[in-house]
Amino acid sequence: MFAFIVSRILQAIPVLLIVGFISFAMFAFVGDPVTVMLGQDYTEAQRVALVAQLGLDKPFFVQYGNFVWRALHGDFGMSYRLARPVGGLIAERLPATLELALSAALLAVAIGVPMGVFTGIRRNAVLSRLFMLFSLVGVSLPTFLIGILLILFFAVQLGWLPSFGRGEVVQFQHWSTGFLTSSGRRALILPAITLGLFQMTLILRLVRSEMLEVMRSDYIKFARARGISQRSIHFRHALGNTLVPVITIVGLQLGGLIAFSIVTETVFQWPGMGLLLVQSIGVADIPVMSAYLLLIALVFVTINLAVDLLYFTVDPRLRSGGKR
Amino acid sequence: MGLLDVIDLTVEFPTRRGTLRALDAISFEIAPGEILGVVGESGAGKSLTGAAIIGLLEPPGRVAAGQILFDGKRIDRLSSEQMRPLRGRHIGAIFQDPLTTLNPLISVGRQLTETMQAHLKLSDRDARTRAVKWLEDVGIPAASERVDAYPHEFSGGMRQRVVIALALCAEPRLVIADEPTTALDVSIQAQIIALIRNLTQSHGTSVMLVTHDMGVIAETADRVAVMYAGRIAEIGPVRDVVLSPGHPYTQGLMGSIPALDVRVDRLRQIDGSMPRLGSIPRGCAFNPRCVKAVALCRQERPDLMPAGATLAACFVAADLAATGRV
Amino acid sequence: MSGTLVGRWLDSDFIYSFRKSWIAMGSALVVFVVLVGAVFAHQLAPHNPFDLASLDLMDSFKPPAFAADGDLSFPLGTDDQGRDILSGIMYGTRISLLVAVLAIMFSLIVGLSVGLVAGYLGGAVDAVLMRIVDVQLTFPAILIALLVDGVVRAVVPQNMQERLQLYVIVFAIGISLWPQFARTVRGSTMIERNRDYVMAARIIGLSGPRIVLTHILPNVLGPIFVIATLNLGIAIIAEATLSFLGVGLPPTEPSLGTLIRIGNNFLFSGEWWITIFPGVTLALMVLAINLLGDWLRDALNPRLR
Repeated sequence: MFAFIVSRILQAIPVLLIVGFISFAMFAFVGDPVTVMLGQDYTEAQRVALVAQLGLDKPFFVQYGNFVWRALHGDFGMSYRLARPVGGLIAERLPATLELALSAALLAVAIGVPMGVFTGIRRNAVLSRLFMLFSLVGVSLPTFLIGILLILFFAVQLGWLPSFGRGEVVQFQHWSTGFLTSSGRRALILPAITLGLFQMTLILRLVRSEMLEVMRSDYIKFARARGISQRSIHFRHALGNTLVPVITIVGLQLGGLIAFSIVTETVFQWPGMGLLLVQSIGVADIPVMSAYLLLIALVFVTINLAVDLLYFTVDPRLRSGGKR
Repeated sequence: MGLLDVIDLTVEFPTRRGTLRALDAISFEIAPGEILGVVGESGAGKSLTGAAIIGLLEPPGRVAAGQILFDGKRIDRLSSEQMRPLRGRHIGAIFQDPLTTLNPLISVGRQLTETMQAHLKLSDRDARTRAVKWLEDVGIPAASERVDAYPHEFSGGMRQRVVIALALCAEPRLVIADEPTTALDVSIQAQIIALIRNLTQSHGTSVMLVTHDMGVIAETADRVAVMYAGRIAEIGPVRDVVLSPGHPYTQGLMGSIPALDVRVDRLRQIDGSMPRLGSIPRGCAFNPRCVKAVALCRQERPDLMPAGATLAACFVAADLAATGRV
Repeated sequence: MSGTLVGRWLDSDFIYSFRKSWIAMGSALVVFVVLVGAVFAHQLAPHNPFDLASLDLMDSFKPPAFAADGDLSFPLGTDDQGRDILSGIMYGTRISLLVAVLAIMFSLIVGLSVGLVAGYLGGAVDAVLMRIVDVQLTFPAILIALLVDGVVRAVVPQNMQERLQLYVIVFAIGISLWPQFARTVRGSTMIERNRDYVMAARIIGLSGPRIVLTHILPNVLGPIFVIATLNLGIAIIAEATLSFLGVGLPPTEPSLGTLIRIGNNFLFSGEWWITIFPGVTLALMVLAINLLGDWLRDALNPRLR
């Protein structure tokens, strides 16, 4: 198992380097960081000094190496727009995005999986058809539209929940959390639903189709032929086998949540990384964009690794060293 | 009356181009402790008969007419929940491919204990002891260690032994073995068949052994039913069906088996192929391929009639038997 | 001859399942209505929202015609500039569809080419191309589109941006969607490549490109069609999302997403119709396309029924 983890980490490194390269290429060649950072008035000496300071006079691969080295130390350069270090900007906004994504993920899994199991087992029940209709609507409604509708209904019409912002937050060292205040929790509800709904419907459809597939398998038929109870067939025999593919996709989807939070954060003016990215794209603030890309890549690689580890607990075929 | 009585069992599949009749009024019985072999080509309805008996027909297939009686009680109208206590406990099943019939994520011991505890009042400890015993009985070496192993840790033949243990562990009185050796290596087939025969004999269990291997039937079965295009073509004691078959189809089947003691240049074969369900000809389903067919065979469908020591669905065979010119 | 062909077509399982599925029929109807409204927007729309001369600020913020103080000449009300919402939707849908269709065509051509080359050549070329596909597929399409959009914005000179924005969006969305096509085409190509008829074509000395175009291409088009339909909905949503985020089409060329973005500013002051009607149109259109795509996939893959 240790060897497996090491090999997966080794596989992840090229991916990170490729993304890092793209990210670097954006940083170095798109737009002109020197002119942007110097502003309107500058002397030639200042320009040369900045070029040297940024290392832009060095050979290409040295620059790339430096970029990777600095990135490893959390140094992603200065934001053109805000004239502040990108690393600090992102660290400030990371907690808001992670709390939102985590809440949405829990919501999506906690509701999506049971709905998928139900529709997979009773595919012709009225409730199943309703769930499927719901899932189609969820897949077809753009995230921002869901947010707008929720705001219109729960914030504007009923006035129950706040329509923007994060509410009060409590600060722990570098981490700010909205979980601990009631206004923070209330502010989280609508954004979390908005962000989670799409993933929820995806999970629902995925679990359903896997469930249908497994229910047709020979071992389920054999379990029926042995008089095993319905309950055990559904939840012990079928659900377990459904989980293997579901974990992969759900894992990847959860990574997607962080990316999708861009839209949700814009609708709800949620002070996270996504909002920062959108504001940066609008004015072509390249350092922020390249740092964001790297960070997302890191998140995806981490999640992939976590998914692989989860397999070990679910599938005995992997536990015994992969022999079949 | 047998342990199992199948009377005029008809199974249909509704499709949008009309209803297909996959089993057409078949009748047979299995006595306690008896092994009935069921042979025929793929698509003749052998496996379907087994599925209908244990109540696991795949929708949209359904029992359209006829009765299935187990121990004198009708079981063909039972709901799936009413049928559940019978499955495994009274009627067991052995499936074809041991690679796909075992749940890959549950250890074999747990699959055994779960099956036994679904039907018998057993403590966890007793169930485990019995599970080990069953694994020993089906010939798994080092059973007490292997009980916690997962299916992928066993070879194909060993897995089929586990499947047999699973089918028999709640001590059913009838076992439906659907092509239990087809997916296995030839070298293992004989062992598995012997295992099924020995275990069921020692427990007094009846067996319905579905196969297309006439050799297996000849060695194992007490009686044999030959199926063709959804009907029983011939049924009788295995000796008589093998040595003096009445139905021309059975005669053809027997002719296609090489005998060790007689040298032949070329094995006999039956020309043509079995008709598809949608295009079964009028009269006897076998008539287009039959060398002995007469006009009547193309008009009317024959029922099972005495033909020597067996029952055959053949006018010619019945005629010969009646006039004594066998 | 044609009569029997039509007859066979009408009797096929494909058409049968279409006629049996009221969902498929209903979706087709919705798509048809939206399509007609969008394509013939110039002829059918009651007003021209781009004709500044016809705008009257006196008409601004009119509620839909069914409301108490609605105006029949503006069936779905007007926005802050006095533009007719219905006409805006028809023109906007036209732009949304145009971008989505162009983006799909772009990604289809890229994906098809890459898939055919990777699948037919195999080896190192295949390994490299598929690795790229894998890496890109780990990122959500919308994120790729956003970043490509942002980078292109930084490259294109300020004064050209508005004029080129439509193509930038098509490029961004197209680039974000090609890997799925590539992967599917590559899979089918590898299967077809090893078929006897391709072997035969090789033996008689046909050139590689010719074999790919005349023998393999027609055989990989089926699944591509389904993916294109399903991705059309994704492309429409992607465009709307970019426009909603303010990095898509400019207000001078308002797509449905732009309309929703504009209307969103008036949500709190009670003028809900400005954003809701374009939103409902968008949702209905995508829903109908997704339903058609789902049905198409099931109809072409009988095992799942």
